[in-house]
Amino acid sequence: MFSSLNIRIGFHLAIRQIRRSSPWTTGLIVFVMLFTFLNLVGVTGILVGLVNGIGRGYQQEYTGDVFITPLDTQNYIQNSPDLVSFLKTLPEVSVVDPRYVAGATVQANYKNVTDPNQKINSAGASIVGIDPATEDSFSNLSKYVIEGSYLSPNDYDQILIGAQLLNQYAFGGPSQTGTTLTNVHAGTVVRLTVNGVEREVTVKGIIYSTSGNISERIFMPNSELLALTGTNDYSVEEIAIRLKPGENAASFEKLLLNSGIGNLAKVQTAAQALPSGVAQITATFATIGNAVSFIGLVVAAITIFIVIFVNALTRRKFIGILKGIGISGEAIEISYIFQSLFYALTGSAIGLVLMFGIVLPLNAVHPIQLPLGQVVLYAPFIGTMVRVAILVVATVCAGYIPARMIVKKNTLDSILGRN
Amino acid sequence: MLKVTNLVKSFKNGDIETQVLKGVNFEAKDGEFIAIMGRSGAGKSTFMYQMGLLDEPTSGEIFIDGHETHKMTEKQKMNFRLQKFGYVFQDYALLPELTAVENVALPLLMENIDSAKATKMAIEALTQVNLATRLNNLPSQLSGGEQQRVSIARAVAHKPDILFADEPTANLDRESSVTVMNIFKELHKQGQTIIMVTHEKEYGDMAEKIVWLDDGKIVSGNEHGK
Repeated sequence: MFSSLNIRIGFHLAIRQIRRSSPWTTGLIVFVMLFTFLNLVGVTGILVGLVNGIGRGYQQEYTGDVFITPLDTQNYIQNSPDLVSFLKTLPEVSVVDPRYVAGATVQANYKNVTDPNQKINSAGASIVGIDPATEDSFSNLSKYVIEGSYLSPNDYDQILIGAQLLNQYAFGGPSQTGTTLTNVHAGTVVRLTVNGVEREVTVKGIIYSTSGNISERIFMPNSELLALTGTNDYSVEEIAIRLKPGENAASFEKLLLNSGIGNLAKVQTAAQALPSGVAQITATFATIGNAVSFIGLVVAAITIFIVIFVNALTRRKFIGILKGIGISGEAIEISYIFQSLFYALTGSAIGLVLMFGIVLPLNAVHPIQLPLGQVVLYAPFIGTMVRVAILVVATVCAGYIPARMIVKKNTLDSILGRN
Repeated sequence: MLKVTNLVKSFKNGDIETQVLKGVNFEAKDGEFIAIMGRSGAGKSTFMYQMGLLDEPTSGEIFIDGHETHKMTEKQKMNFRLQKFGYVFQDYALLPELTAVENVALPLLMENIDSAKATKMAIEALTQVNLATRLNNLPSQLSGGEQQRVSIARAVAHKPDILFADEPTANLDRESSVTVMNIFKELHKQGQTIIMVTHEKEYGDMAEKIVWLDDGKIVSGNEHGK
C-alpha cells in the first residue's frame, strides 16, 4: 500500500484538497483538534498539577524532604535530643524541625453556656509544640497567618489555630455539624485540654493554607506545650528535615537507615510520608485524568471520522473518477491519511505553542487557586509529545477508515452516484 | 484490437433481474472511430463501461490486444485503464480542486512519470485542444466546452490505445459540441482508436463506423465513406 508512488500521488492530492478547500471548514477542524489537544494535555495537567501541588504543600509545610516519626510500637521518637543534635551536624541538612505533637480538644463560647445540659462548642485537633523561629524558617508558617500575628518564643498561653477548625473558614463554608468553633477570632480566649489538663489560652493568630495540613492544627511554643503536658524528657513526635538544594531525599533516607536510626524511629521520604488519604486522592485524580483524556481522544477520533466520512461521501463521485482514470485506491486512501495528519499536526502544533509559549509560563507565575491547593499545570514535554503522538495516530486511523469504506465501493457506482 | 464475445450484463433489483446487454458481439480495430448509437435505454453506456473495464460483465469475454480482461484482478484492470485507456465522460468528470494542467497531469504522475515531464505532456495535450491560455484555471473557472476539452486532454495525454467517450457533447451547446467533435476527428486522423457513445445522429455520422444498439443487442453496423 505504502509504495513511494502511492505516497507521492496521495500527498499531491491531499495538498491540493487542503489548499483549495473552504478555509472555514479547515479552520473548524483544526479548532476541534486544538481543543482535543488542550483537553488531552490540559485536563490531565490540571489534575496531576493539583495532586503534585498537594504533595508539594505537604512537603513544604509538614514533612520536609525527609520525615522522622515514632516507630509503630512507640508514642515518641526515641533518643530525640541526640538524634536532633546528630541531624544538625550532617552536611546535607538545611533545617531540622523537631515538633511535639499531642491530641487536644479546644472549646469556645463556653462562658455563654448557662444550661449544664447544653453541649459546649468544641473541636478536636492536634496541638503542635514548635520553636517558632525554626518552624518559620522550615515552613514559612508566619506567611500563613490570616488574622492576628505569628508566635514569639516567649509567648505565654497563646496559640495559633488552623482555619479549618473555625466555622467561618472551614472548607465548604459554615459547618452545621458542630465540629468547628464559632465566633473565634484573633484575641478570642478558648479552653484547651491536653492529656486531661485544661488551660485557657488566647488565639494569637489564625493560619490558613490550601495545601498541607497546617490549617487543621493548633500551634504553640514547645516550652509551653511541655509545661502544659507536664513532660520533660524532650522526646518529640515529629522531626521534619529540609535538605540543602541538590541533595537527594532517597539517598539521605538510606544514609539515616544505614546509621541505625531505623531502629529508633520511622524514616521516610516526603513521598512515603504522604498521608494515605492524599495518596488515594493522587491515584484517583490520575485515573480521572486518564479517563477524561481517553474520552477526549475518542471524541476527537469520532469527530475526524465524521468529517472525513462526510468529505469522502460528498466526494464519492470524484473518488470514482480517480479510480476510473487509473489512480490506485491506496493513493486515494493515503491522500485522506495526509489530510488527517494535517489536521492533527496543525491543531497539536498550535496547542503546543499555546501551552508551552503562553499557558505554562503564565501559570508558573500565577498558579491556579483551587480549594484543594495551588495548581501548577503539569505538562512535561516528553509526556505531552507522547499525547500528541496518540492524538495523531487516533486521528489518522479515524481518517483512514471512512476513506477506505468509500474507496472500496464499486468504481462505476461511485462515478454514476448509484447506491 | 478490441473484441467482445457474447457479452451479457444484468442488473438485479430485489428479485427482479433486468438484462441490459443480451449477448453482444463486437470488434474494434486499431485506429477506428466507432460511434455506438441507439435510443435511450438501449444499453449504449452500459456497453461502453464493460468495454472500458469500469464495470464487471455478468458473462461474456472482452479481449484487448489479446489480453483476456475477464481473468484480470481489479488491480490489473486499474493498471490497464491507466495505461491503455482514456475516458471522456458526459459531465467532464474533472477534479474540482485541481487546475486544468493538474487534472491532465494526474494520470501521468500515476504512471510514475516525473512531475516536470508530466506537466510538459499535460501542457502539450491542453495546447492541442486550444487551452494553452487556461492551464492554471480551476474547472469552476472554465465553461462547459472548455471543461470537456480539458477532459479530452486528460484522456489522450498519455497516448492511450483506446479513447472511450460517453455522450461527450450531451451537456454542450452546438458550438462547443462541434469543437469537441472536430478534436475527435483530428485525433482519429492521427490514428487514435475512439469508441464514442452518442444519441445525436449528426455527431455519430462524424465517426467512421456506427454500431446501432437496440434492446441490449447490436442490430446493425455500417461504415461511412472516409
